[in-house]
Amino acid sequence: MEEGVLELHYLTVHEASRLLAQREITSRQLTEAVLERIRQVDGRVRAYVTVTEDVALQQAEEADARLARGDATPLTGIPVCIKDVICTRGVRTTCSSRILENFVPPYDAHVTERLRAAGAVMVGKSNMDEFAMGSSTENSGFFPTHNPWDLERVPGGSSGGSAAGVAAGECLFALGSDTGGSIRQPASLCGVAGLKPTYGRVSRFGLVAFASSLDQIGPLSRDVRDCALAMDFIAGYDPRDSTSAPMEVPDFTAALGGDLAGLRIGVPKEYFPEGMDADVRQVISEAVRVMEGLGASVDWEVSLPSTRYALACYYIIAPSEASANLARYDGVKYGFSYQEGESMWENMEKTRQHGFGDEVKRRIMLGTYALSAGYYDAYYLKAQKVRTLIRREFDAAFQSCDVLACPVSPTPAFRLAEKVDDPFQMYLSDVCTLPINIAGLPAISVPAGFVLAGGGPEGQRLPVGLQLIGRPFDEATVLRAAYAFQEATAWHKAHPPL
Amino acid sequence: MGLTREEVLHIARLARVGLSEEDVARFQEQLSEILDHFDVLRQVDTESVPPTSHTLDLQNVTSPDQVRDSFPRKEVLANAPLPEEGFFRVRAVLE
Repeated sequence: MEEGVLELHYLTVHEASRLLAQREITSRQLTEAVLERIRQVDGRVRAYVTVTEDVALQQAEEADARLARGDATPLTGIPVCIKDVICTRGVRTTCSSRILENFVPPYDAHVTERLRAAGAVMVGKSNMDEFAMGSSTENSGFFPTHNPWDLERVPGGSSGGSAAGVAAGECLFALGSDTGGSIRQPASLCGVAGLKPTYGRVSRFGLVAFASSLDQIGPLSRDVRDCALAMDFIAGYDPRDSTSAPMEVPDFTAALGGDLAGLRIGVPKEYFPEGMDADVRQVISEAVRVMEGLGASVDWEVSLPSTRYALACYYIIAPSEASANLARYDGVKYGFSYQEGESMWENMEKTRQHGFGDEVKRRIMLGTYALSAGYYDAYYLKAQKVRTLIRREFDAAFQSCDVLACPVSPTPAFRLAEKVDDPFQMYLSDVCTLPINIAGLPAISVPAGFVLAGGGPEGQRLPVGLQLIGRPFDEATVLRAAYAFQEATAWHKAHPPL
Repeated sequence: MGLTREEVLHIARLARVGLSEEDVARFQEQLSEILDHFDVLRQVDTESVPPTSHTLDLQNVTSPDQVRDSFPRKEVLANAPLPEEGFFRVRAVLE
């Protein structure tokens, strides 16, 4: 291939896979191109906590051998980035927290095993908000990640490193995790596709737990087809995760293609709140019209009245579960361990005081409070009942709609440091994504256009994602709708001005 | 409805998270603001609504009672802050 004509690091997974299969490029070349790209841009983007150069080159060699034998999968030889909340055997897994700064897992997560078996090449572990708590990656215990479209802005979070890495060509695809929007929101802010599967679709074995009834692992990529491809490999029942759904996994890539004739789209009014950015509203409305043009019918009057309770519901349930899940970080068996105290308890308290960042402490405390004697009924139990109402409203909407369309984020990427001192303002970034986790539904963010940053340098354009939500276990329809939209537009082909 | 300083200290003790004086004051303010927002849930009638603990139709998932190998001790202790003679060393739990 001619240098300069083909930027290897910006290939889509399926394009790269074809070139590898046809032996027009090798995995070694592809991996070296991605590692070189990381060297060139990651000093500015800071997507990675750990770059696994030696492991990657080793895996690339193995991939090339497999390709030569004719024993390859569509992911063999493809450079992938894994969010640092997912366990990778022998490779540091930090959750971007000082409390796990030197933790090396003795086992692979289920999804890591699946990628290894498929022959993917791991180029590194990506930065995130600490323990997946945040919407900007500013809560990383190490450093913030920068949005490749405007380095003074956030990439979103908590999978900010994965989203920025994909957008900047620092990997061909990535894995992230989504508890309240942590795949979809950074995907939207970075102009890439990101899918949160149905709760239970992808095994959580080896995913460091934040909120056990909300967490899901999912793919991020520059092309919806690549998300479908990744899902073909990572989805499916795993007996090691007791919340893994024993459901058949369809062929997600086979579901792609065609127009949207017969697809019924619902637009829930409550997802376009008063204060939302007018330009973002415009992008989303136009995106839905494009889908209408592809044959879909649109109901603009769908209503999900309990949406207004989703923020409170989420910020009770998630921190409550987190307070239990993070109780294990006590400095006894692994992780940072404070030793200068007078007693075991003091050591434990100081370990957690020094090891956790502010947002993690806030959420542990919120959760502890909501679960404590005297408050459990008013908060946690109440939130679980509201959760039922939220899910029922979605079920009712899906009686007459196949997918729901709405924004991912009420605003484009905001500036670094703009919201980090106001936790509640930060929480509002996720109002359009939280309800989907509460209901356990599948949803994707797909690039839908750009808005101009107000007050930013002239011509600074910031990505906006369209969110498509589906019925439980109907990722196939969500992916098909997103893919059709993508193929009718060119937003996904744009690259940041790095 | 704000949190008192005593409540913040109590929660921190339950959660075993040490806090500096500055932290106590800051978290008191921030957590109170967040908790105020939760009042909105009082508006919802959940009288006859069952709680949802998770969105799947799964209950009492079990695995077969099979003996399998676990991790080798060396791997288990590999991340230990104070490994000693095959154990995790900690401060005395009981005086």
